[in-house]
Amino acid sequence: MSEPLSFELSRPGAQPPRLPEADLASPGPADILPAGMLRSNPPGLPRLSEPEIMRHYSRMASLNYSISEQFYPLGSCTMKYNPVANEAAASLPGFAALHPYQDEDTVQGALELMWRLERALCAIVGVDRVTLQPAAGAHGEWTALRMIQAYQRSRGEVRTEVLVPDSAHGTNPASAALSGFHVVEVKSGADGRLHLADLESKLSPRTAALMLTNPNTLGLFEREILDIAQLVHSAGAMLYYDGANLNAFMGICRPGDMGFDAVHMNLHKTFTTPHGGGGPGAGPVGVKAELVPFLPAPTVERTNGHLTLDFKRPRSIGRVRSFYGNFGMLVRAYTYIVAMGGDGLTQASKDAVLSANYLRKQIEGELEMPHEGPCMHEFVASARNLSHQGVRALDIAKALLDRDFYAPTIYFPLVVPEAIMVEPTETESKATLDAFAKAIKEIVAEARSNPQALHDEPKNLPVGRLDDVAAARHINSYLQGLSEDPVLRWKASV
Amino acid sequence: MADRRYTKSHEWVTVDGKTATVGITDFAQSQLGDVVFLELPSAGRKLAERESFGVVESVKAASDLYSPVAGRITAVNEKLAGKPELINSDPYGDGWILKLELTGDLPADLLDQAGYQKVTEASAH
Amino acid sequence: MPYLVHSPEERTEMLDAIGVKSMDELLVDIPRSLRIKELELPAGLSEFETMAQITALAARNRVFPDRLTFRGGGVYRRFIPAAVAAVTSKPEFYTAYTPYQPEASQGTLQAIYEFQTMIAELTALDVANASLYDGATAVAEAAMMAHIQTERTEVLVAGYLHPEYLEVLRAFSEGRGIKIRKGSEPSSKTAAVVFQQPDFLGLLTDAEALTEAAHRVGALAITCVDPISLAILKPPGEYRADIAVGEGQQLGLQPSYGGPHVGFIACRKELVRRLPGRLVGAAHDAAGRRGFVLALAAREQHIRREKATSNICTNHSLCALAASVYMTYMGPEGLRQIAEVSFRRAHSLAKRLAELPGWELAFPDRQFLNEFPVRVPKAPAMIRKLSRKGILGPLDVHRWFRELKGVVTFTCTEVNDPGAMDELLAVLES
Repeated sequence: MSEPLSFELSRPGAQPPRLPEADLASPGPADILPAGMLRSNPPGLPRLSEPEIMRHYSRMASLNYSISEQFYPLGSCTMKYNPVANEAAASLPGFAALHPYQDEDTVQGALELMWRLERALCAIVGVDRVTLQPAAGAHGEWTALRMIQAYQRSRGEVRTEVLVPDSAHGTNPASAALSGFHVVEVKSGADGRLHLADLESKLSPRTAALMLTNPNTLGLFEREILDIAQLVHSAGAMLYYDGANLNAFMGICRPGDMGFDAVHMNLHKTFTTPHGGGGPGAGPVGVKAELVPFLPAPTVERTNGHLTLDFKRPRSIGRVRSFYGNFGMLVRAYTYIVAMGGDGLTQASKDAVLSANYLRKQIEGELEMPHEGPCMHEFVASARNLSHQGVRALDIAKALLDRDFYAPTIYFPLVVPEAIMVEPTETESKATLDAFAKAIKEIVAEARSNPQALHDEPKNLPVGRLDDVAAARHINSYLQGLSEDPVLRWKASV
Repeated sequence: MADRRYTKSHEWVTVDGKTATVGITDFAQSQLGDVVFLELPSAGRKLAERESFGVVESVKAASDLYSPVAGRITAVNEKLAGKPELINSDPYGDGWILKLELTGDLPADLLDQAGYQKVTEASAH
Repeated sequence: MPYLVHSPEERTEMLDAIGVKSMDELLVDIPRSLRIKELELPAGLSEFETMAQITALAARNRVFPDRLTFRGGGVYRRFIPAAVAAVTSKPEFYTAYTPYQPEASQGTLQAIYEFQTMIAELTALDVANASLYDGATAVAEAAMMAHIQTERTEVLVAGYLHPEYLEVLRAFSEGRGIKIRKGSEPSSKTAAVVFQQPDFLGLLTDAEALTEAAHRVGALAITCVDPISLAILKPPGEYRADIAVGEGQQLGLQPSYGGPHVGFIACRKELVRRLPGRLVGAAHDAAGRRGFVLALAAREQHIRREKATSNICTNHSLCALAASVYMTYMGPEGLRQIAEVSFRRAHSLAKRLAELPGWELAFPDRQFLNEFPVRVPKAPAMIRKLSRKGILGPLDVHRWFRELKGVVTFTCTEVNDPGAMDELLAVLES
């Protein structure tokens, strides 16, 4: 099935929507503004009637996979069920209709929700305060590094390096570089965990922080985390926690207790806010006492039951976005936390770990497992054992799409060749896990008997593999003025 | 053709009198995948040995390019703008990237064929 | 417990299959000293009890009716067609993942491609990206682009830029050694001149003059625009601005106490490689079918890592979808009508307000669209009085600008019917 673009369906005579009239005598823009300020040609937006618009979007929706219909074993993404109650909560007019510049007295419920969410997140990860401002994980990362930088500068320290494991997500070094840090890579050992000797050799008075995920991106708990924290702190540096993998141990242990000074979280991973096809999310950051003065302003304060926004924070790193946070996502996450409670969140993490180990066991005969188990909430397999058949992780991924599964994360982390990172989460039934394992077995069997078939997959989806190389080359032709087709937008003449 | 030398960062260089020609190796292009774009400097610019002078991009990777030698850029391969795929199809010939006028001696640590082979064997997973 | 799936029997089966006796064996890597007994949180609740709690929190907020909302300052009450929520609440859209596997994400990718096209059309620039977090971070990202492109370290902010956008710009610039200067004369050190059109007070600026001033010194012109205004105002591409950014909240998004909204960014083609965030492009499969893919990904953080322009990964895709639906619903004529109705009503209101004793337009020589500053005798008291009568009155801008004592901004859109304006005046006159 395919669906034309709205621009291709557009017709000049389509009825515009009926909208309110001014209903009063008053001059219009053409009467008052100089002609030179006015738009000469209308913008090329499509012209469609409402029935056509709804049909258009419904048909486009059916071209998508989504967690509502398919299993998404995406490592490091925590694609768990998005509770529909959260949606009901966020759309309550008492939240959705609030103007951010309403007087504090008129938004006590909203501020209370933010305050309670902050307290709950503090309890879950073991920190003193949390900023809810960052709009996404990468945004939160950068916010945390800026706070660490501001703290160190306030003590007269100039620390210019940030250490990042070679298994880290790309946003880690990117966020560090944006704060003006030089990024130094720390190696993983053969067991997949951080190589302590290498860490020690790279720590210096120039080190501002070590950024770590725990469990790491291989799904392995850093057993020596307390030693790591000690080493980092002895060097006068701070320890930053990337919360991508927090789903592994809620209620079991806490990053704050491990020695992390700044703890980042993804509400759109661990806390069920929906991915939306690429956002919006939210990336709150928890901090220990030393970093509290540097939190983005305003913070939410509660005195005698009354909530206020505190703007008087002289050492704050400032604002990292407009207003107070992705409030609509905060409502969703808070609703989830209330529903689950401490006991529910703990069981969720346990089930996540159980499911990952179960699934790993089911497919360990089919793909290479570079590291010994047990794993935590995710594991990394490698398709390297199929390389001699000419089959790669990409082919496995596409073959899964053809079997009505979304693919796991592939080619990440970079330290494992032909990596396939699998994170089932706690909201998938055993039956689904078994079906996935069965699909993997079938695909691997096909890889052995008929590898060429895999290269042609997916066959059952609206499109097959798309030639992104040709697209990139066309874009570069356009950017260099060698062609008229922008590729990155629809254009009438093209 | 003059004897080709290599760097650990997968560039090659050949020298003819005072002119050096630079490109990336076959191993590098196969690791990158189909090249879609190169960010390159203009002629006239002086490069130091090991100075980063540009970027070669595929759909899944972007690699910095480092000059194997010190010199002044005398020519940039114009064909690469419209046909970046030359890097993949002919990395040592039509896919050359820069020509430089040498401003110093050749670095002592440039690798020969055997030396570079060791590097690629170590890199390969 | 809510949302958990395994029965106790299944858990036992799974442990057996793994070959361990208990969960403890799976958690063996966690040092005993780190194990906690339990989370210091209340126990979980039924959906009924959960929603009771949440609804009680919502009830402690005051919702002002749309028609009696006259406050703007970057977030506006607009008519949002039912079609927007009907589309964004489709689970295939809102529970979809980032479209890294394009074959399974054509719905999302096509919707974003349409969004990119519409933003490019509105701004009259060459290419727009797939969205950013908000207008504030969009301004900051554009400034970073200019810094990288020109290799200069100063950003000039001309006129009344939204104060929160300026704060965010400062925060982004800190880490990269970029200096922010306020003024109207760029220098050879200036990477970009940033201005807002209409500005934070709602006033129209001489965008062309500022753009020319920037270009004369080799700086980029970055204009922060109101997307609805572009239905009637000359768009950035027409006055040769280099980058246009803005806040897309007015394109179908609820105020939602400040977020999530959506930032947009568009630029001329020479700057496309510097664009932060995702870009969707058209491509074909082996059978010649057209589809959409994430393009030029080599710019992004997961490939470029520390050399990326920006670290943005997750953006505001679903909000961009909402904006797409809104813009498609409106079409060029609908958007124009919204803008014109708002203009007419605001100008009528401004005239009536200026007649109140002691009230005057703060910048009578400047033009505005549908937001305007007025100087009033007792701003805080007046605003409180309106609030008591159920009206969300103007925004007191003195809180950000010391020189604007007594100045408040009123906003009027298509949701403020003439009867509502009468009610407003009646309270002010009493």
